[in-house]
Amino acid sequence: MDRIPILKLGHFLLVTIQVDMHDRLALVLQEELTARIVSDRARGVLIDISSLDIVDSFIGRMLSNIAGMARVLDAETVVVGMQPSVAITLVELGLSLPGVRTALNVDRGMDLLKASLDVEGEAASGQDG
Amino acid sequence: MHDFVLALKQGLANGKIDDLDDAGWASMRSMLTNLSRQRATQGFTPAETAIFVFSFKPVLFNQLRQAYRDDPASLAEEILTSTELLDKLGLLTMEAYQKTREAVIVRQQQEMLELSTPVVELWTGILALPLIGTLDSARTQIVMQNLLEAIVARGADLAIIDITGVPTVDTLVAQHLLKTVAAARLMGAECIISGIRPQIAQTIIHLGVDLGSVITKANLADAFRLALKKKRLAVASV
Amino acid sequence: MDKTVELPLRAQEDVVSVRQTVRSHAVAIGLSLVDQTKLVTAASELARNTFIHGGGGTTRLEVIQDTARSGIRLTFEDHGPGIRDVEQALKDGYSTGNGLGLGLGGARRLTNEFAIESKLGAGTRVVITQWTKKS
Repeated sequence: MDRIPILKLGHFLLVTIQVDMHDRLALVLQEELTARIVSDRARGVLIDISSLDIVDSFIGRMLSNIAGMARVLDAETVVVGMQPSVAITLVELGLSLPGVRTALNVDRGMDLLKASLDVEGEAASGQDG
Repeated sequence: MHDFVLALKQGLANGKIDDLDDAGWASMRSMLTNLSRQRATQGFTPAETAIFVFSFKPVLFNQLRQAYRDDPASLAEEILTSTELLDKLGLLTMEAYQKTREAVIVRQQQEMLELSTPVVELWTGILALPLIGTLDSARTQIVMQNLLEAIVARGADLAIIDITGVPTVDTLVAQHLLKTVAAARLMGAECIISGIRPQIAQTIIHLGVDLGSVITKANLADAFRLALKKKRLAVASV
Repeated sequence: MDKTVELPLRAQEDVVSVRQTVRSHAVAIGLSLVDQTKLVTAASELARNTFIHGGGGTTRLEVIQDTARSGIRLTFEDHGPGIRDVEQALKDGYSTGNGLGLGLGGARRLTNEFAIESKLGAGTRVVITQWTKKS
């Protein structure tokens, strides 16, 4: 069974989904990511779905679950690169991916993650000072 | 005309005289269809196209008159048969003409649809989609796709959909617009809808359409100002 | 390209096969990218339902013709427990806890034609069709 590689980029984890996942693989990814957030003390997760030409309700729920679990572990999730036809289909399907932040590509996604960390940092130092 | 006569001879030899769908008339049918198609695309009227067939009548009748000079009963019979045949062939050209014109019109409509939905880049990362004219369901869907593709192509995360030039909006169109905004959000881009006229605002409330968290601005300029602010940009005098 | 294809739904990987087979046929008949994606997504939802809730079954794919357009018809069939209340199941978010959720209603919204028959204790059959635009 193929596994989806998870890369560490500074404080963040990057996952690029390029295969048509069956359900088991999606669940394994969910578990592995959660474990890695803890073990790597990641503050953010970037999920690149620019290669996916279909996102159904199962994958959609997976993305929402990852975002939810990450938040509990004090990490932000950003999903990047959704294709237009996939976005149109998800809207028609009625999936709004609650709790999932999105960005056009990995660069913008990184900017978003860094910005949210900065905001946190400022808020914290505000309390100290 | 020469081809017509040849095809006519072939048809009379091989096909049933009263059934033009018969296989023997195949080359006549295809010859006339091609002729009509050409004439339709060149802008001839349907009458001008059918006249090609009907102009054969006087010539044929003269020949028949001479051949059956001494036999008026047979002459009448032959003229009746040949006029029926030529009428059917004339109608065939009319039908082929119609179909071609319809295809041309459909293609032109397609082109107009594509022309009237341009996406404009106002600034790096800020797109504007100025909609003009009445929106119907089909057009709105094309507009939706164009915008989303432009968002990817230009790497823009802000899109202003301006409907100043749209006189009315119905529930279906309003829903399509909202779906576009939702889809853009899933892709990582934000939309601002500008130029909502008072009448449209009323329609939206009456229809019970929920704009949710979609940002709206009275006009394109205000929307652009907001877009600049969101991107931490400012305009300065030099 | 085959006119009719029968695909089993006995393992998770079969759902992926269905997606890929539907996609290649959708491309072959010239469905627009959005209509392809909608069809494949609907197929994925229904295939998963058949596999998980129907206890396994089959998908039949047919390439069909109308006067001015082509289409793909998919039939998802199982001999599982059946659905007690189809109307309820079609409403979004419905879930007996087995997560039929958005699948059925979603598949209906994504495709041109949708039909469902279900009998408790006997099984379920769902038929969806996606057509190209009239030429």
